[in-house]
Amino acid sequence: MQLTGAQALIKSLEQQGVDTIFGLPGGAILPVYDPLLDSTIRHILVRHEQGAGHMAEGYAMATGRAGVAMVTSGPGATNIVTPITNAHMDSTPLVVITGQVATSSIGLDAFQECDITGITMGVTKHNFLVQSAHELPRAVAAAFHLATTGRPGPVLIDVPKDVAQSTMEWWYPSGVDEYDLPGYHPTVDLDEAAVARCVALIGDSQRPVLYVGGGTLKSRASGELLAFAERTRIPVVTTLMARGAFPDSHAQHLGMPGMHGVYAAVTAIQRSDLLITLGARFDDRVTGKIAAFAPDAKVIHVDIDRAEFGKIRRPDVALQSDIASALRAFDAAGASPKNLDAWWREIRQWQADYPLVYDEPEVDGPLRPQHVIESIARTAPAGTIVASGVGQHQMWTAQHWAFEEPNTWVNSGGAGTMGFGVPAAIGAKAGRPERTVWCIDGDGCFQMTAQELVTARSEGIPIKVAILNNAYLGMVRQWQEMFYDERYSEVYLSPDLPDYVKWAEAMGCVGLRATNVKEMNDVIEEANKINDVPVVIDFRTDSSEKVFPMVPAGVSNDEILVHPSQRGGAR
Amino acid sequence: MNAPEPFAGETAHSPVRHHILSVLVENKSGVLARIAGMFARRGFNIYSLAVAPSESHARFSRVTIVVDAESAPLEQIVGQLDKLVNVVAISDIAPREAVERELLLATIQTDVANRTSLLDTLANAGAAIVDVDPGAVTVMLAGTPGACDDFERALEAYAEVELHRTGRVALPRLGRTIPATVEQ
Repeated sequence: MQLTGAQALIKSLEQQGVDTIFGLPGGAILPVYDPLLDSTIRHILVRHEQGAGHMAEGYAMATGRAGVAMVTSGPGATNIVTPITNAHMDSTPLVVITGQVATSSIGLDAFQECDITGITMGVTKHNFLVQSAHELPRAVAAAFHLATTGRPGPVLIDVPKDVAQSTMEWWYPSGVDEYDLPGYHPTVDLDEAAVARCVALIGDSQRPVLYVGGGTLKSRASGELLAFAERTRIPVVTTLMARGAFPDSHAQHLGMPGMHGVYAAVTAIQRSDLLITLGARFDDRVTGKIAAFAPDAKVIHVDIDRAEFGKIRRPDVALQSDIASALRAFDAAGASPKNLDAWWREIRQWQADYPLVYDEPEVDGPLRPQHVIESIARTAPAGTIVASGVGQHQMWTAQHWAFEEPNTWVNSGGAGTMGFGVPAAIGAKAGRPERTVWCIDGDGCFQMTAQELVTARSEGIPIKVAILNNAYLGMVRQWQEMFYDERYSEVYLSPDLPDYVKWAEAMGCVGLRATNVKEMNDVIEEANKINDVPVVIDFRTDSSEKVFPMVPAGVSNDEILVHPSQRGGAR
Repeated sequence: MNAPEPFAGETAHSPVRHHILSVLVENKSGVLARIAGMFARRGFNIYSLAVAPSESHARFSRVTIVVDAESAPLEQIVGQLDKLVNVVAISDIAPREAVERELLLATIQTDVANRTSLLDTLANAGAAIVDVDPGAVTVMLAGTPGACDDFERALEAYAEVELHRTGRVALPRLGRTIPATVEQ
């Protein structure tokens, strides 16, 4: 069967089971958009290529499958570099297809030419510049294999226009052996000696902590984690990237560690004698000053990526493995710590002394952002997926939303990409249309990518967006207040410009506003009733509200600042 | 040939804590940029780098990288290299367990006064003359990095026009423990 490269590309995506592509056409990718008309694959036409990338990420994070985005060459390709970087930092499986100028024009500064494989070399797991139509099926199959196995990540396929237009005899690689990846070996045999050393360390520990990172979700190891934690009674902390890997309602869950972590989670790590690190990477936002991080703890580091071992903290035992296999091996070996009663008594005291708190909102407003989040969470159906941008609203959501199951938290961790929330929520809803999807956003973030609500409306993707409108770039404002003597530099945005309700309405969405608690309850109730179009709510929140606890940058986690109402007592 | 040679120790081109990575890579465009980019991005230092087709010419090339094991732990460098999809195998060769060779080419201005002593210098080093014209010779030495250092110092007595070294290539010494390899 003779196919054009373009037809072969679309057919290859169908072979991979792709059901949704987020994209925007242009000159170099034009040939590929023609056979798309005859495909069963749903294409979601975005308004900016960055939106396509973040939607693909949201899709991937909510479904656990690779997200797919397709854009044209030059600026189309550079516009999607931010999402690719974001996916690389958070190990999100993405396949990004970019158009490229014809092979005869490459290197000649042709119209809309850019060296996108060169640009993305450092922010992709791998990339391909496809040289012939015959190679396209192999590139697609290899890209999905690379994106979704081992440590997942983004893979880019650059398709020159003449490659898409030329013809090939259709074939498709029958298995990994035909992917031509002689240097890629994502699975490793479990090192039994290392497992035995882990079991021995666990057996010796009296103050262990399960330090659970995003790799636990990537490994789909929530069930194994629950079984291991319950059998051993070891306390659990889940990082920003792992929220949902262990139920927040579980009595052994201490919450999120790190710069804005729960006091008991942060302090349990600091006092621990054994960190059982599961798919986490000792990020600076978790460790604070690294030399003072968990100073008395031995470290077990389980990760599928051996380059993480010793990158930041030297482990006592490194076990290269996916998390589920490692936990099953620990369980099979009966790994059990010593009696943890004394350890739990200490932890329970920290939890009692320093719970997550915030000031009660005044009846007349302004609203407390944490109260808004808790009110939305309380009325959201079980299994609701929540996305966020980056900043204060993200931290408050991570703290105050109760996550009960995997793949319900969609956020930008490592890269900290403002504007992630709205398109990521759209992608999550496209991937899991049966779920309610909320985006908890900030006013600064919302302004960066809000145009994708036009996409959401026109494609029938009814997400709900809560803007915590404090009229500031809030997290920067918080740092300027605390560390720059309240000298506010370029952080004021205005609560009224733009008018978020009118903007939402102009984009075909329902626009609502709440300035006090009664209005807040009313608009949440109204938003919950709307299931056909996107809803945007402008919640007017207190500009002076800050995220606590907080470990200031570069200091020890022992110097955690709790909420002002909790200070003064014994620490 | 089989006689063990002494470990050269520190020379101008080989810091004490250098390590040799013999890296088998797919012979695809951009592979060298991927390796160089990763080193730059991660702040790992390269002392020298040599690339050539390997024993299976069409498919693979061999890259010999001399790394500064003080700029980062060796296992970090190897771990990050191994993540590059086009990298097929990495042999980490400790200098003591390596046979290392390097090629040096130098063009030296000659005249009647210095010709005799230059010929002595070349003979002592085991270097060969590979090109000649009335005012200059180009000489070549293939040897250990230490021998190349010695020869380079000996040439300082002459007016050099140009000197060029390739950086070392290496293979594991025969009859020693097989070095740590991530060949799969």
